[in-house]
Amino acid sequence: MIAAVASGTPGEEDAGDIPLSQRGPASTEIVARFGFWLFLLSDIVIFAALFAAYAVLAKETAGGPSGAQLFDRTYTLIETACLLASSFTCGMMSLAVERRQGLAIYLWAGITFALGLAFVLMEFFEFLGMVAQGAGPTHSAFLSAFFTLVGTHGLHVTVGLCWLAVMAAQVATLGLRPMVMRRLLCFGLFWHALDIVWIGVFTIVYLGAG
Amino acid sequence: MFGKLTWSAIPLDQPIPLAASGLAMLAGLAVLGLITWKGLWPYLWKEWITSVDHKRIGVMYVVLALVMLLRGFVDALMMRTQLAIAAGGAQGYLPPEHYDQIFSAHGTIMIFFVAMTFMVGLMNFAVPLQLGIRDVAFPVLNSVSFWLTAAGVLLVNLSLVVGEFARTGWLAYPPLSEIAYSPGVGVDYYLWSLQISGVGSLLSGINLTTTILKLRAPGMGYMRMPVFCWTALASNLLIIAAFPILTATFAMLLLDRYLGFHFFTNELGGNAMMYINLIWAWGHPEVYILILPAFGVFSEVIATFSQKPVFGYRSMVLATMAICVLSFMVWLHHFFTMGAGADVNGFFGVTTMIIAVPTGVKIFNWLFTLYGGQIRFGVPLYWALGFMVTFVVGGMTGVLLAIPPVDFVTHNSLFLVAHFHNVIIGGVLFGAFAGYTYWFPKAFGFRLHEGLGKAIFWCWFVGFYLAFMPLYALGLVGATRRMQHYPETEWQPLMIVALIGALVIAAGIVLAVVQLVVSIRQRDATRDETGDPWNGRTLEWSVPSPPPAWNFAILPEVEGRDAFWARKQGGRKHPGEPPPIAPIEMPENSMVGVVIAFFAVMLGFALVWHIGWMAASGLGGIVASGLARAWTTATTAEISTAELGEGSHRKGAPA
Repeated sequence: MIAAVASGTPGEEDAGDIPLSQRGPASTEIVARFGFWLFLLSDIVIFAALFAAYAVLAKETAGGPSGAQLFDRTYTLIETACLLASSFTCGMMSLAVERRQGLAIYLWAGITFALGLAFVLMEFFEFLGMVAQGAGPTHSAFLSAFFTLVGTHGLHVTVGLCWLAVMAAQVATLGLRPMVMRRLLCFGLFWHALDIVWIGVFTIVYLGAG
Repeated sequence: MFGKLTWSAIPLDQPIPLAASGLAMLAGLAVLGLITWKGLWPYLWKEWITSVDHKRIGVMYVVLALVMLLRGFVDALMMRTQLAIAAGGAQGYLPPEHYDQIFSAHGTIMIFFVAMTFMVGLMNFAVPLQLGIRDVAFPVLNSVSFWLTAAGVLLVNLSLVVGEFARTGWLAYPPLSEIAYSPGVGVDYYLWSLQISGVGSLLSGINLTTTILKLRAPGMGYMRMPVFCWTALASNLLIIAAFPILTATFAMLLLDRYLGFHFFTNELGGNAMMYINLIWAWGHPEVYILILPAFGVFSEVIATFSQKPVFGYRSMVLATMAICVLSFMVWLHHFFTMGAGADVNGFFGVTTMIIAVPTGVKIFNWLFTLYGGQIRFGVPLYWALGFMVTFVVGGMTGVLLAIPPVDFVTHNSLFLVAHFHNVIIGGVLFGAFAGYTYWFPKAFGFRLHEGLGKAIFWCWFVGFYLAFMPLYALGLVGATRRMQHYPETEWQPLMIVALIGALVIAAGIVLAVVQLVVSIRQRDATRDETGDPWNGRTLEWSVPSPPPAWNFAILPEVEGRDAFWARKQGGRKHPGEPPPIAPIEMPENSMVGVVIAFFAVMLGFALVWHIGWMAASGLGGIVASGLARAWTTATTAEISTAELGEGSHRKGAPA
């Protein structure tokens, strides 16, 4: 999808034999998207630091419960399914945006929002359950690292949900002007990036808990 | 209602902090009063505060850095005075808890708000001009970045008046920085001000990287970019890769302090060494974030003042990018003594020494650029030559410290303090002053006073050696850093020499203020009518000084390196007529940056003092400002051809 949009950008086709790096300033679309990619990379570095902290502290349970005792993999699998499905529906939304199909955009945005919300709520109740059984983040270094890593991801998804709601309002009030299209595209990138991070979380934190 | 904030937060019982904060407030009020009296607010608001012009924002960064240099330098003078008198049984005039705040504030301010801010300012100002474009990739975001940096600055300075600053050193190592050992608000001021300004730095890094990689004038291929753009690229790539680590690390420490988490505590499995690894995984790239743009400035200055292309351009680019990558592979050399073991220490010792290779390549390239050139001894070249001598000394002591057994002897001694001041003053600060003198006429349309410029250089140069060579010697005989007094009276003479050195540097700083005043008063004599005061090589010298808001009415066609020089030689001619001037779109001013920064200060202050409602309003304000911006549709204004023609011819003729 991204490649399709990129090749449709004016000024990038008729350049002939001039090397790519000498063709002058890129279009606003490309610049905005590139900047957002860089932002995503920096965001992933934050997660890298949190993963590193988790790896160091995963065994430091301080006599408290370990991951194997706390995690319910079936529950997390459903959670994962919600998020991965939302990534698919987000892709469908991006296609609808590209085809400028107003109703389909709202429909797919709504499904994406619902799936994302289901994910966040499931995570919230997982956290609540852990705190209730005396395994809150202050009880061991392992739990601190767990709540921070998974919670930071959850916070990102929550921010993403707010962003999606704002985008729906933007489409409704401003229409599909280039500015709004750019933001919808960046939202898609953000949402998919959170999926990739979650796959890391699911593998390392939940499946890795032994 | 006001959380932990009470009247006892104002240091009424401590004469020195009270006097300092009183003086700072008076100075601030005097400036604000003067602006109001002269009726300058509308001008400042319209032309500077809400400006999204990369040149204006660059100038504001540099002004901020210069103001903070004064603040950080006062801290330095206080420390040197203390150590010059606190020998034998004497305790000096600064009690330990105040002395600890001073060295922590000095380091924090000098790195984050002087060196970093100065370099970001120079990059902001010069990079788009050198690339032959009209602005950075995201002009409004640029303004947000600047104002977030200013918000961090304001918070740090607020700690002087309300509360206290950290006593933990400039990197706030746990467990000392944990709530159990630092229950006051000092560490919180440190963390929140750096979190806020860190967001600004990260956004600025994204902005400039995008600018360099995606927005260059037609023909400006990668291997035709000025060396300064390359070093700016490397520096900003490092910002993107390193600053998120700092954000994450500080976030973990904040969770420990605010919510009782156990990342770095002594209890329940926390691991303080993890903080030290993480902070240096940011911290070592950070020193290259600072020095690489300085290397770029020197490359431009040396080539311009030798009137020769920079020697070994390709090797210069390669060395820059090699340093960029290697900078992530040496962090452990900051704590060889902290138990990593011989093998790991050996690895990091070797990688550290390897960095000396690309740096050496650069030194030789600069020397060969000078060799056979028609050298003009302008002030920027003074700084460049002083840098080459001084930086090599600092690099050599760095290689010495990279040998783990040697480091075991010198770790945390004044030898280390001398080393990093050697490279940061001799490298970054000299580079900052070189860039300041070099680009000043471009920014304001007149040159800085030449004689005073040379005097400033000699004060800094001589003052640096007087202040820091004694510290090398003292470090070797066992003087440690961060000590508030010492029993060995035989150290005192060298400590006094170091104080004299600091006073000589102080004279340089005073002269810099004098130079600015004198230069402004005599500006008619030093007007830069041509836009090219140094017989420059790169595109920023092809436009009038100061450049119009849009820099280039027609984007230049670049056909090789040193594009402006080539054009002046007449060697390369355009085939056919230049394209006619067409109307262009420029971004409109925006107040979103300063408004977000206002709420960020509110948020930071509220979090420091645990004031819930204020934190919520700060956060709400930031979100509301963002949303308001998201619905702003008219973000650009068209500049007509008439305006373009007038602006581009305003002073002197465009090249």
